[in-house]
Amino acid sequence: MTAAISVTGLTRKYWDQIVLDDVSFTVPGGTITGLLGRNGAGKTTLLRILAGHEFPSSGLVRVLGGAPTENEAVLRRLVFVREDQAYPDIKAGQALRAASWFFPNWDSALASSLLDSFGVRANKAVKRLSRGQRSALGITIGLAARAEVTLFDEPYAGLDAVARQVFYDRLLADFAEFPRTVLLSTHLIDEAAALFEGVIVIDRGRVVLDAPADVLRGAATRVSGPCLAVDALAGGRPVWERRRLGSQASVVMVGPLSQDDREQARSSGLDLTPLSLQQIVVQAAAGVLAPVPEAGFETERTSA
Amino acid sequence: MPEMAGLDEGTPLFAQVASRLAGEIADGGLAEGERVPSTNELAAFYRINPATAAKGINVLADDGLLEKRRGIGMFVAAGARQRLLARRRAEFTQRYVEPLLAEAVRLGIDTDELFALIKEAGNVREGISL
Repeated sequence: MTAAISVTGLTRKYWDQIVLDDVSFTVPGGTITGLLGRNGAGKTTLLRILAGHEFPSSGLVRVLGGAPTENEAVLRRLVFVREDQAYPDIKAGQALRAASWFFPNWDSALASSLLDSFGVRANKAVKRLSRGQRSALGITIGLAARAEVTLFDEPYAGLDAVARQVFYDRLLADFAEFPRTVLLSTHLIDEAAALFEGVIVIDRGRVVLDAPADVLRGAATRVSGPCLAVDALAGGRPVWERRRLGSQASVVMVGPLSQDDREQARSSGLDLTPLSLQQIVVQAAAGVLAPVPEAGFETERTSA
Repeated sequence: MPEMAGLDEGTPLFAQVASRLAGEIADGGLAEGERVPSTNELAAFYRINPATAAKGINVLADDGLLEKRRGIGMFVAAGARQRLLARRRAEFTQRYVEPLLAEAVRLGIDTDELFALIKEAGNVREGISL
């Protein structure tokens, strides 16, 4: 699959502050990719640059083969839904009509049906919508645009869990019917994890993880049980975290476990729990991707 | 947690989709020659990425348990159920008997006592006679 988005050595500075630091990655066409990271990691700046709202300080950015900034050929094929989208003083339905003029693949039936699913009335003034309803309007525009590249930046401020589920379901359904490239930034990793084919995690302006989501699931395993048995299995192998309480220990082993490992764990009474995508991303964003040294337990407590 | 119709987040989702489908075939829920749900149907049901669902289907297709009929979809291959049942039987010792023995050893239950326990449980649960 060819890359819909490719970024090479992208750096963005504001005065002396480095917001994005030598960022490189590609997003294959026709995939849903999660852009994850803590607040202030640089996700919004990255998306704004991809959407042509901002210039890179240095580096190369290609969206659908061209540079996005002031490039009509690219921008017509791209939609960017911001967290805090501002609208002029118009009604929700008018906002949809205005959007329909800009996007060649706009589907107005889908737009009305989405607005309806979110319980937003088309004749209500945007300024009188609640925060969640304004988010719903942004999501509606983002999906109904059916743009080849769809960028969502934390699009659901104020949306409750039910409405967010509507968003996920409608995104999957429409994506299945009209495949396109979706890049979605979110801090609700647990909720959105199953949508993603790939995930990119950035931390303090740098890419710290870029991998297929299903490769990450089960890529690390929490091993817990008697200290001696844990040491026998995990000793000398890469681990992320060590804890100990009395005679019990728990470590996170990195990398897939072999059949022999599982056998050994079972016979020595160890518990194996695979880490979820969310837990792995948290480790990555906390900068603990590098294995911790074998000596010394992080949390050492003894129950006397 | 997202509602993924029972899938869990700690193991590759494609592998879970594959094993759910295999389970349905083994239990007879999906009969041989029957059409299996499409990628998009699975994606919508489990609320997962369609590419992930497709990968799950491909695992079974590569294994010869599903066969593609051009333009119509994927179907359960002839003999799939028997093959899956044979495989499960082969794994029975490792998956069920060995952990049972390990726990029995930990609790100091000897083989005679274990046999008695199994027999008793089998009597309670009608239909299994030992």
